[in-house]
Amino acid sequence: MIEQVGRRTVAAVRAAGRFGQFVSDSARAAADVGVWVPLCLVQMRRVGVDSLPVALFIAAFTGVVLALQASYTFTGAVPLYFVGTLVGKTMMLELGPVLTGLALAGRVGASIAAELGTMKVTEQVDALETLAYDPHSFLVLPRVIAGTAMFPVIVAFAVVTGIVTGWLASLALLDLSTQEFLKGLKLFYRFKDTWFGLFKSATFGLAITLVGCLVGLGTRGGAAGVGRSTTRAVVYGAVLLLVLDAFWALVLLR
Amino acid sequence: MIRFQNLHKGFDGKPVLAGFDLEVPDGETVVIIGYSGTGKSVALKHVVGLLHPDAGDVIVDGRAVSTLERPALTALRREIGFVFQFAALFDSLTVFDNVALGLRRRGLSDDEIAARVREALALVDLTGAEDTYPAALSGGMRKRVGIARAIALRPRYILYDEPTTGLDPVTAAVIDQLILRARAQLGVTGIVVTHDMRSAYTVGDRIAMLYEGRVRQAGTVAEIRETQDPVVRQFIEGRPA
Repeated sequence: MIEQVGRRTVAAVRAAGRFGQFVSDSARAAADVGVWVPLCLVQMRRVGVDSLPVALFIAAFTGVVLALQASYTFTGAVPLYFVGTLVGKTMMLELGPVLTGLALAGRVGASIAAELGTMKVTEQVDALETLAYDPHSFLVLPRVIAGTAMFPVIVAFAVVTGIVTGWLASLALLDLSTQEFLKGLKLFYRFKDTWFGLFKSATFGLAITLVGCLVGLGTRGGAAGVGRSTTRAVVYGAVLLLVLDAFWALVLLR
Repeated sequence: MIRFQNLHKGFDGKPVLAGFDLEVPDGETVVIIGYSGTGKSVALKHVVGLLHPDAGDVIVDGRAVSTLERPALTALRREIGFVFQFAALFDSLTVFDNVALGLRRRGLSDDEIAARVREALALVDLTGAEDTYPAALSGGMRKRVGIARAIALRPRYILYDEPTTGLDPVTAAVIDQLILRARAQLGVTGIVVTHDMRSAYTVGDRIAMLYEGRVRQAGTVAEIRETQDPVVRQFIEGRPA
């Protein structure tokens, strides 16, 4: 029992050390501006633009469901215009960033881990090094920077989409007017609602892409190894996202 | 000159190299032969710092590779071309961009890069394949692009990891001719890792057999052909134990 705890502790410390080293190597590679800046634009399109449809799809249905659930909950007890409040606040503060983040942990995190994992097991990462490129400046930084920059943009679109579909559902299904919906939406709005959601999305983007790169470049053992890395990237990314979500709520919303 | 100096390397507690010593003089092509899994590729990867030794070192022109900081290691890598076993071409890049990638890192102009790429592809008889993606190439063509990528850099050294493995005899002979051509035209020093004896006899000035983590025998092609060492004899004749 004690031996097992000891082994796990050593493994955890080693993993933390590897993560620290990885982050430090990436920070050092930031000086290689000529390599990572042009590649960032390509990654921004892949991480951002290509992820937009799935994010908007999720947000659209979330907005509708939020409006209907709010009306179901409020019936008789709370004025119906609070539907606008609930849809707005929930999309901006929680469901917009978190649902989009979880979807992108699957899409972006898995894609990065699979791509880098395949490059690792087919010696393409070694080939990069022999061509005098640092994999951190060529592979890691463009993805991490693109993820950090583009996640808030995607979330912003998702939040707007969720609110719009919530409003449309309210008009069509709840006998709520536009004026009432907007009244509810503005009622408890604070600018912090906006920046809080976007800021934490940026941290989700950073975490998900960093984990995808770390796990991908640590891949060993051929196709099975790539499969393991892909699964790990999604699981670790999602867990980290939820931990960060709780952390930022504790730090910034109390 | 490249010198493997008492190199030790193990994985998961299992020793692979255990006191590997070998000298590769300038201008020569040395072939390292040995059974699969004996650490030939592991030795090669130490030359460019892709692996860190447990003990000993590889000395390249007086520089101990494992002690080099990142900038010095990058400078060393610019002098060495590496041809990988399965070519390790970048799937998302065309043949042109695969060959050009290392040249861009050297800060050459676009015109010079294009000229060098064309020249390297001509040397491996792949003129016209510039816009093709690796997925559309045969195994032999991929290896030739890998060689073009290495020679385009005009390196002082080229390391070939199993350049003919998995190829039919005619394509393997073509690769051997390319290795000889690269040496004749560019004057590079080479290390070739292989277990293909026909290739070893064709491209090597000297041959060293790696066995149980160290050099079992090293000598000229003629010396290896005539060896009486039972282990080396068995290997070069391909006799079962």
